[in-house]
Amino acid sequence: MLRIESKEGRAPDLEVVAAAWDSARARALRRIVVCAGTGCIANGSLKVYEALKARAAEAGLKVSIGLDVHNDARKDALLTKSGCQGFCQVGPLVTIEPDGILYTHVHVEDVPEIVEKTLVRGEAIERLQYRDPVSGEVKRGKGEIDFYARQDRRVLSACGVVDPEDLYEYIARDGYRAARKALLEMSPAEVCEVMKASGLRGRGGAGFPTGRKWELALRQDEKEKYIICNGDEGDPGAFMDRSVLEGNPHSVVEGMLIGARATGATVGYVYVRAEYPLAVVRIRAAVEAARASGFLGKDIMGSGVDFDIRVMEGAGAFVCGEASAMVSSIMGNRGMPRPKPPRTAEKGLWGKPTVVNNVETLAQVATIVLHGAAEYRRTGTESSPGTKTYALTGHVANTGLIEVPFGTSLRTVLFDIGGGVLGKDGKPDNAAFKAVQIGGPSGGCLTKEHLDIPMDFDSLGAIGAMVGSGGLVVMNDSTCMVQMARFFMHFTQNESCGKCVPCREGTRQILALLDDIIEGRADETTLGLIEELCENVAESSLCGLGASAPSPVLSMLRQFRPEFEAHVRDKRCPTGQCKALSPFAIDPAACKGCGMCAKACPASAISGERKEAYRIDQAACLRCGACVATCKFNAIKRGAL
Amino acid sequence: MSGFVTVDGIKVPIEGEANLLALIRKANIDIPTFCYHSHLSTYGACRLCLVEINGKEIDASCVVPPKDGMTIRTSTPRIRSMRRMNLELLLANHRQDCPTCERSASCKLRDLASRMGVRDVRFRRTRPEQAIDEGSPCLVRDPNKCILCGDCVRYCAEIQGIGAIDFAHRGTEACVTPAFGKSLGEVDCVNCGQCAAICPTAAIVPRSHVDAVWKEIDDPNAKVVAQVAPAVRVALGERFGLPAGTITTGRIAAALRMLGFDAVYDTAFGADLTVVEEATEFLGRLAAEESGARPPLFTSCCPAWVKFAEQSFPELLPRLSSCMSPQSMVGSVLREEKARSVASGKDDGRKLRVVSIMPCTAKKYEIARPELSRDGHKLVDYVLTTNELASMIQEAGIRFQDLRSGSMDLPLGFSSGAGIVFGRAGGVSEAVARYASAEYRGGSAEALDFAEEAPGSGVRTASFEARGRRITVLSVQGLANAKRIAREILAGTRQADLVEVMACPGGCVGGAGQPIATDAASRSQRAAGLAQADGERELRSTADNPFIASFYSGTLGCKPGEGRAHELFHTRYSSKKRIQDASIRLVKGSGQRRIPVKVCVGTSCFLKGSQAILADVLHHVESGGLADFVDVSATFCSEKCGKGPTVTVGDTILERTTSAKVMEELLARVEELKAGATA
Repeated sequence: MLRIESKEGRAPDLEVVAAAWDSARARALRRIVVCAGTGCIANGSLKVYEALKARAAEAGLKVSIGLDVHNDARKDALLTKSGCQGFCQVGPLVTIEPDGILYTHVHVEDVPEIVEKTLVRGEAIERLQYRDPVSGEVKRGKGEIDFYARQDRRVLSACGVVDPEDLYEYIARDGYRAARKALLEMSPAEVCEVMKASGLRGRGGAGFPTGRKWELALRQDEKEKYIICNGDEGDPGAFMDRSVLEGNPHSVVEGMLIGARATGATVGYVYVRAEYPLAVVRIRAAVEAARASGFLGKDIMGSGVDFDIRVMEGAGAFVCGEASAMVSSIMGNRGMPRPKPPRTAEKGLWGKPTVVNNVETLAQVATIVLHGAAEYRRTGTESSPGTKTYALTGHVANTGLIEVPFGTSLRTVLFDIGGGVLGKDGKPDNAAFKAVQIGGPSGGCLTKEHLDIPMDFDSLGAIGAMVGSGGLVVMNDSTCMVQMARFFMHFTQNESCGKCVPCREGTRQILALLDDIIEGRADETTLGLIEELCENVAESSLCGLGASAPSPVLSMLRQFRPEFEAHVRDKRCPTGQCKALSPFAIDPAACKGCGMCAKACPASAISGERKEAYRIDQAACLRCGACVATCKFNAIKRGAL
Repeated sequence: MSGFVTVDGIKVPIEGEANLLALIRKANIDIPTFCYHSHLSTYGACRLCLVEINGKEIDASCVVPPKDGMTIRTSTPRIRSMRRMNLELLLANHRQDCPTCERSASCKLRDLASRMGVRDVRFRRTRPEQAIDEGSPCLVRDPNKCILCGDCVRYCAEIQGIGAIDFAHRGTEACVTPAFGKSLGEVDCVNCGQCAAICPTAAIVPRSHVDAVWKEIDDPNAKVVAQVAPAVRVALGERFGLPAGTITTGRIAAALRMLGFDAVYDTAFGADLTVVEEATEFLGRLAAEESGARPPLFTSCCPAWVKFAEQSFPELLPRLSSCMSPQSMVGSVLREEKARSVASGKDDGRKLRVVSIMPCTAKKYEIARPELSRDGHKLVDYVLTTNELASMIQEAGIRFQDLRSGSMDLPLGFSSGAGIVFGRAGGVSEAVARYASAEYRGGSAEALDFAEEAPGSGVRTASFEARGRRITVLSVQGLANAKRIAREILAGTRQADLVEVMACPGGCVGGAGQPIATDAASRSQRAAGLAQADGERELRSTADNPFIASFYSGTLGCKPGEGRAHELFHTRYSSKKRIQDASIRLVKGSGQRRIPVKVCVGTSCFLKGSQAILADVLHHVESGGLADFVDVSATFCSEKCGKGPTVTVGDTILERTTSAKVMEELLARVEELKAGATA
């Protein structure tokens, strides 16, 4: 057995650790991984984990809880937790290797069967397996499920597989080798060169080349510099950064360490949302483990480089994702952006040069340094190399966290990985596809005509959308685009820090104008005023939040103008989602004159003679829909008079 | 950076301007802005000073440094439309009661909306009505008029070093407010009122005493007398089209009489009294104390500074001159005379009402201080700011600019030049120096030759000779500077004999009760006006004021600083530190002598485990039979948050401490105590 010698604060030999971990791993027959991402935990995965532990012991199985590299006893199984496996919709998830089994919706009651059948007898349990939403076929494991098989998981490759709290497992998967290379074999300029050559672009939204950012910081002639990992992921529905921090926190630590080498930063901060308690715990644990093992601290790996990381919880403001606001927040001030210049790269935290990189960006750094820029460039497109993670949600069969190369088409994402768009009735129906909102509240929307364009920074930018942090909200044809525009505008106006006039006041007025449309008060000037105001907010706001705040509205207005006009001109909501513009009407042909609707109406707005068609008094109608529920003949319809 | 920037086709040289806005103004273009003030940090939030740079991007000119070869356009169709729209957006949520608004004539929002051609507001009000803050004796805050430019916030934090107001909430709920939604009257606001002076609208205005004063004037049973502060006479004219610095003492006296005041006195007479008392106090201390380690005497005429010192530097209070401010001295003299005339049976039976005309908002707080009342009467009843007096004059229809000079009533209407210069920064020191200096011989020369320590430092130094000693004087403007100086003095890194502190820039001439003008130019013109008034006096030192001399020898019958003079003209201060002796006694020993143990349970110390320390200490004290010798209490924030948890055992402050360290210290003290008792 290999022993890992680790002296206080001195980094262990990576190859020795990897070999020890591998041989220990080989001593267990099976590996059971219970997803302990936020979604699965919420669904009870930790109870499943405890039940598996207890039941396996009862069954006489020798189960190792977590991997102890110094225990050489043979085991029947190794039981570990993982970070988010991405397919939260069907969680809690349990994977069993080497059987290649993925169990979905696992509850405590299923545990005895899993132990008896799968762990003891090696049989798969069909009812716990994933069923294709279109064909209904049962799929054994991740390899057969389109949601996983059609992805290209790189940043996420270890998420949901490894034990995020096991530093040795990270090392066994080539962890900290890139950092060792950068610290011992490369100069800071060389690290910057590799990053520049790789073409890696910031994943936080703007897509600024990481190598150039680092080089800019390296050139600053200051002793004190900082590197900040931006984990203040705030887009509604997005959870890419959370998953990485929860599932593979050491990749972020290593990325920051390499960034520190490249820029000369001596202190790093991980700024993570306080709303991500598990991510906070995992990244803290990773930082502490890295420090205890000598990957952080003084003279790291004998390189003479000093670097340490502090984890800081955010104060719950979307705008703190903006670099200068984040810096202000870390310094204990109100998180408000400040005008530039000077940029944070010149004067940031405590007035010193500061690099801010997104979590997903940092998580790719080690791979690039270890395998080289050319290897990295084999994936993705010329101007946007590599892969991108997206949080796929909305009217789509498979929702969750996915990763695909840049340049992948929307069609592949929605129809293959996503398993198809869901229609009004909740069944897959790709024809019902209406739009996708990409890039969250700062992005734009894509429609049928964009299904085949390659998704990367530049082609999305060209059509008024953006990669953003990677939220993908799928909408079917029952979605009212005015309501969607309102949803995103409501979010940004709430999250505006309130500093500059156009963003604070303008977003609020855009919202008020959208409300006018939805509530039937708009007139022929409204759409023009919205456009003028959006342009003003976009061009005269102080920071990126304001500049991008009108994007969803402008993009939806561009793509779905007739729908907006129907609201304004005809006072009609085509999808029937806007109450004030969707009156109920009784179809005289279908009405049998039973009078049930009139009885149910709380406003006494329905009248008529028995056995003749009833009528609704539109002035009295509250549009509550109580009548619709009572009509046995489907005679009451919404949206058409 | 040298070179040229082309502004609307005109080549403008770069001459060290920090930003394009300053350079554009040099080109005679009055670029609109709410949030840019050269003496505050750049904020870049109002988005009105937008310019087009090099035909491409549009940015706020206040934040972009000029670069050689830049081409700037300040008035393109896009820029004009953005400016208009940003103004429209502000107007939509601004309470537009312009005709009745106090700042109607001096509102920047109104002015810019008019100048930028906003003729229609296409947006509706989206913000709910907010409550008006009426809790301060000096200032009224109407959040419904706030445009969130942040000028007041930055002024309070950067120039005054206080931060009594700041932004809270976000999005459409963003607002400027004192902490926790409290009133200005409940927080560390020192009432300097500069927030109101810098406010482009009427979101913060001085609290008006106009109606109350009218009521008194109209009361036949009231004798209403006015006293006029030095700085008022060089600024009031601005409200009537006269240039800043025009001396209008005579016209003020005439106008006050026309308004119905029964007598008009000069606060500068009070200033002369202050000079006598303060110089006496100063020379007395000088004689009594060793120089070197001796901390200086701080002036106390500025009520904002006095409150600031009480809040932030209670340890310096014994070093604050105990002299009342000039307005209170005049009030004190008038009350004394009233009491004497009542006692002698010669009084006309009317009640006395003293109204001060002041350049200052904090004076409204000063008159309400309980120490400044005698026999149940406030020494001064009302304070009208320069602006409030101007409004009364306008309301009465008096053409102030055309008035023939009147004169003030004697003897309290007479002062030396020294009393006059109180109205500008450095004036108090100057006046004391003229009185105390061995070198000063009158004439046109000043006693003090101030030199600014560093450009823009707000600190000037001078020295003079008195009683055979070289006396160092500091004149400090702005409370942030005062805080710095006070800390240096407490730390022993700075020596001085006399420190004059004025909260407002330029001293009282720059007070927040003066006509709205945030530029340094009008302040210096006002100061020049005071210098002129001083220079025109035959008698420039207080020592030469015959009424002062006869007042001491006759009316008071005592020497300065003694007897009745001391009773009438000196006051006291008390610590107003945020949290003071607020503690919860948990164990009260029964022994004669006990050791106090105070555990800070403020937020920061609590987070660092002070609660556990407190529990441990209580446990040890009770189980170890120490209860007779110890008082244990939980205290609130000891303001050493960075060094928490802090525990005080006896007179020792333990920082970053643990239960073990506290008990070790405590047991040692208990042993000492027991040993002392048996011995």
